[in-house]
Amino acid sequence: MQITLKLFATFRTARFKIAPQEVPAGTKCLAIVINLGLTEDEVGVVLVNGRHATLDHILHDNDTLSLFPLVGGG
Amino acid sequence: MNALLRFLQKQLVEGMLPWSAQVAAAQRFGCTLAAVEELALEHGIFPARYQRNCTTITIADQLLLFQSRIIVIGCGGLGGYIMEGLARLGVGNIVAVDPDIFEEHNLNRQLLATPATLGKPKVLAALARVNEINPAVTVTPVMDAFCTANGRELLTGVTVAVDALDSISYRLELADSCAGMGIPMIHGAIGGWYGHVVTQLPGETTVQDIYRNWKNGKGIEKELGNPAFTPAVVASLQVAEACKVVLGKGELLRRRKLNIDLLDMEFDEVNFGPVEDMDEGLHLAA
Repeated sequence: MQITLKLFATFRTARFKIAPQEVPAGTKCLAIVINLGLTEDEVGVVLVNGRHATLDHILHDNDTLSLFPLVGGG
Repeated sequence: MNALLRFLQKQLVEGMLPWSAQVAAAQRFGCTLAAVEELALEHGIFPARYQRNCTTITIADQLLLFQSRIIVIGCGGLGGYIMEGLARLGVGNIVAVDPDIFEEHNLNRQLLATPATLGKPKVLAALARVNEINPAVTVTPVMDAFCTANGRELLTGVTVAVDALDSISYRLELADSCAGMGIPMIHGAIGGWYGHVVTQLPGETTVQDIYRNWKNGKGIEKELGNPAFTPAVVASLQVAEACKVVLGKGELLRRRKLNIDLLDMEFDEVNFGPVEDMDEGLHLAA
């Protein structure tokens, strides 16, 4: 199935802002994170089709996954 | 009070109260600059220092701001700019909370950090700065870390809490304390070119949602640090939100995270679901 992956802030570095991704059916958000070479700890907000989701959310065909890094400084 | 009021009315220049007259009134009547300012605002007298607030912040608004009490948790990158904004805005009472002293690595971005303040408590630099800008504002410095244990005491009587912390675990403790006491919280966080802002009213859990994947440690700020401009941007947005909460004006960043990317110069909104009407039970002034 195909999803659209949108990356924000530092996740874009040496990657992309937005790109289509071919992934197996039943893929979880976490698998996409790991495929990008990221760890779970680096992820802040996860959105699926603009709605807040968890990393164990299962993606469907034509979903848009957005990943934001964790930001906590002051 | 009638004599003081008559004195103030005689001192007006173009219908406004000059700062020199505010100082003279306090000296002559043996009261604080804050008391003079409050009396003036209560009687529709505009202190001249606020004249360029024009119609953006009316005299009635100015009185609401003056009678509010805003706690700023953290006096570093965000906190310094937040306090500057609140003092110039004319927020009458500011509680400044931070356990730290200034160190050299603060100089690249923290408004209150100068070679002269190195080694000095951040909250005392905040007190000195606010007294310099607007001596009618009362600052309560608290040289301590905010946590659940002292949260209730620190938040008592507070109109709005502004989150300028640099630790996610303390931010979550602040969110819980604010929820427990029915206090609106303005959350801001930064790292490198990036940051975000959210306003959380009691009953909402946006801050907890933002950090629901968090387990421990810091975010991208650990690698990226923080440059001069990011705290200024996010802090200003937080001050605007705090002002709106006090005045009951405009649309707040409720259940939506304003995401700031100064490298690509993109501002995005992340939606966390519908806003429910939670105005009941809130200490909103308007």
